[in-house]
Amino acid sequence: MSNSPLPSLIYDARIRGYVFQVLILVLIGFGVWSLVDNTVTNLAERGKTVGFGFLTANAGFQISDTLGTWAIDYSVGESTYLDVYFIGIINTFLVAILGIVGATFLGFTIGIMRLSRNFIIRSFATVYIELLRNLPLLLQLFFWYFAVLRALPSKREKIDIIPDFIAVNITGLYLPAPVVQSGFIYSVIALGVAIVMTLIMKRWAEKRQLETGQPFPVFWTACGILLLLPLAIFAMTGSPLEWTFPEFKTDGPMLRRGFQSGSGMVLVPEMMAVWLALTLYTAAFIAEIVRAGILAINKGQTEASYSIGLKPGLTLRLVIIPQALRVIIPPLTSQYLNLTKNSSLAVAIAYPELVSVFAGTALNQVGKEIEMIFMMMMVYLTFSLATAAFMNWFNARVKLIER
Amino acid sequence: MKKLTLAALGVAGAMIASTAMADGHGNSTLAQVKEKGFVQCGVSQGLPGFSNADVSGNWTGLDVDLCRGVAAAVFGDANAVKFTPLSAKQRFTALASGEIDILSRNTTWTMTRDTQLGLNFAGVNYYDGQGMMVPKALGVSSALELDGANICTNTGTTTELNITDFFRANGMSFNLVAFEKADEVVAAYDSGRCDVYTTDRSGLAAQRGKLTAPDSHMVLSEIISKEPLGPVVRQGDDQWFNIVRWTLNAMINAEELGITSENVNATEFNDVSPSVARLVGKEGNFGEELGLDNKWAYNIIRQVGNYAESYDANVTPLGLARGVNALWSDGGILYAAPIR
Repeated sequence: MSNSPLPSLIYDARIRGYVFQVLILVLIGFGVWSLVDNTVTNLAERGKTVGFGFLTANAGFQISDTLGTWAIDYSVGESTYLDVYFIGIINTFLVAILGIVGATFLGFTIGIMRLSRNFIIRSFATVYIELLRNLPLLLQLFFWYFAVLRALPSKREKIDIIPDFIAVNITGLYLPAPVVQSGFIYSVIALGVAIVMTLIMKRWAEKRQLETGQPFPVFWTACGILLLLPLAIFAMTGSPLEWTFPEFKTDGPMLRRGFQSGSGMVLVPEMMAVWLALTLYTAAFIAEIVRAGILAINKGQTEASYSIGLKPGLTLRLVIIPQALRVIIPPLTSQYLNLTKNSSLAVAIAYPELVSVFAGTALNQVGKEIEMIFMMMMVYLTFSLATAAFMNWFNARVKLIER
Repeated sequence: MKKLTLAALGVAGAMIASTAMADGHGNSTLAQVKEKGFVQCGVSQGLPGFSNADVSGNWTGLDVDLCRGVAAAVFGDANAVKFTPLSAKQRFTALASGEIDILSRNTTWTMTRDTQLGLNFAGVNYYDGQGMMVPKALGVSSALELDGANICTNTGTTTELNITDFFRANGMSFNLVAFEKADEVVAAYDSGRCDVYTTDRSGLAAQRGKLTAPDSHMVLSEIISKEPLGPVVRQGDDQWFNIVRWTLNAMINAEELGITSENVNATEFNDVSPSVARLVGKEGNFGEELGLDNKWAYNIIRQVGNYAESYDANVTPLGLARGVNALWSDGGILYAAPIR
C-alpha cells in the first residue's frame, strides 16, 4: 500500500467519485460561461444592449378584444409593453384552462365510448380518435377557423340563437355582459360558504354511510346548496347585477351596421376556433390514455363488483375509475402541458395570445430577442410546473393505498 | 467506470474544441460569403412583384433582383444566391443571428429598426406608403369614414403602428385582427372577417390578385405613412454594407446613364463617356476598393439589368407606375450617389 495521495485519486472509489464530479461541474460551468460570453460579445458587436428597460415604454399598437384587453383595460398609447405581456399571459391561460376542461370531459367520454359493447358507439369513437390524432394541429386549426368563418353570416347579418340575447355572426359570438354593482361581493362570499358547507356535508354523509350503511344523495344535495344559498343572498341584496345586451343595428351607413362594439360580451371567432381545435385534438389523446387506464384494471374487478350487485354504471364509477386514475393521471399531465404549449399556434389565426402579441408584434418593434423569449419561456415553464405539481398532488390524494 | 471516464473526457474535449472553433472563423461577411460560394438572401414568403417563387421554385421580383445583383458583384454569377422565405416576425432575428447575409424583403426603414436592432439599412429600392383596401359594397370613399371598422393586417410590421396612429389622430376607433402570414390576412379579408385590408400600397396591388373577385374591391386614396423599403445588413460590417449599397446605386446609375443589359456589352469595344467608363470598370479601380472585381458593376448590369429593367419586369405588371420611384431627372426621387 502506498501513502502518496496521487494513486488514491484514481484507485480509491470514493475519492475518484468526488474528483470526477468536480471535473464535470467545472466543465459544465465552463460551457455555460463560454455560451454567455459568446452571446454578450456578439450583442456588443452589433451594438445591441441588454436590459429590461423597454417594458415601461408605450406600446403603440391595437390588440383584438379579448379577456386580456378587458382585464388589463388596455388603451393604446398609455399601456406599456408590460401590459402587453400580461394580456398575452391572460389570453393564453384562458384558452389553456378552457381547453383543459373541455378536452378532459370530451376525452373521458370518448375513451369510455371506445370500450362500449355497442358497435356504432365504438366505431364512432375509433374513427374520431384515429382521425384527429393523425392530422397536424395547425391544419385542424386552419380548418376550424376558415370552415367556421365561411359558414357564418357576414358582419351585417346574424343568426339568433336566443333572440335578443345570444347571436352569432362572422365577427363573433355575442352574449349579454354582466356589469357588477356594489353588493355583489356578498353573493361571492355566499358561494364560498356554500362550497365549505358542501364539503362538510360530504364528509358527514360518508361517515354516516360507513357507520349505518345508508346512502345519502350527496350529489343533489350539493347542487342544491351551491345553487340556492348564493341565489338567496343575491336576491336579498337586491340583485346587484346588471346586464348589457348586444345591440344590432340594421340601418344607417353600411359600415356602422351590425353589432355595436361596447354592447354585450363578444367571443371572437379566433378564440373559439383555437378552443375548438385544441379541445378536439387533445381529447383524442386523452381518450386513448383513459382507455389504457381502464383496460389496465384486472377483469376480475369488474366481475367481482357485478357479483355483489353493482350495476355497470356504478361499477365504472366506484370500482374501476378510482383504480384507473393511478394509471391515467401521469400521461394526462403531459397532455395538459402539451395543450398549453400548443396554444402558441394561435398566432396563425390572429388570436392575441402570448407568442402572437409578445414574440410577434412587440418583438418586431423592440428587437430585444433574448430578454423577451426568456420572459416567455418563464411563463410557460411556471405554468407547466404548476400544473404538474397540482396533478402530482391530486394523484397522491386519489390513489388507493394498498395493503 | 472506464466508459464513464472516456465519456467525460470526450465531452470535455468537444466543449474545448467548440469554443476554439467559435472564435476562429472570420468576422467579415464578405469572407464568409466567398467561402460559402453563394449569398444567402432573406425574402418574403411570396409577394408578387418583390419576391415570389413560381411553381418550379424560381424566385423573381425587385428585391430578388437586388440580391442577384449582389451575387453578380461578388461572384460574377447572379445565380450564386439562395433564398430564405421569412415571415415579418422572423426576419430581423434571422439577419442578426447570421442565418442570412442580406434581408431584401420590402422592409421599411425606420429609426427604431436602424438604431435598436443592430442592423443597418443599405438604401431604398422602393419608396412606398401605406394604403387601405375596402370592398366597393361598403360604400366608403375615404379613410375618414372608417370609424368602428374591423381591420386585417400582418403582425410584426410597421402597418399595425401606422394604422393605430392614424385612427388615434383622427379620433376614430377600430378592431385589429393581425395574422402572421400575408396569405392568411388575404383569406380572412376575402371571407368577410374584416372590412378593411391595410398594408403598403405595393402589397395591396400584389395581393389583389389573390382575392376571389379583385374588381369588387377598391384602394382608398389616402396614404397614411412613409414606407421607404430597402435592403438591410448587420451592423458592424462596413465592407458588406458598402457592397450592398453600391450594388443598388450601380443599378440606378446605370438607368441614368442609359446602360441596359443589352448594350452594356458594347461598352467594352466602343468609346464611352467617362461616367460610363467608370461604371463598367474601364477606368479606375472602384471594384478593388470594395474588395471586389473591377467589373463588379458590369456583371450586375449584364446579368440582372439596370433599375428600370428590373422595375418593368416585376413591378409594372402589378399596375404600379414609376410615380415617386422614377429618377430625379424624370420627376421622381430616385437619386443615387455618383460612381467616382
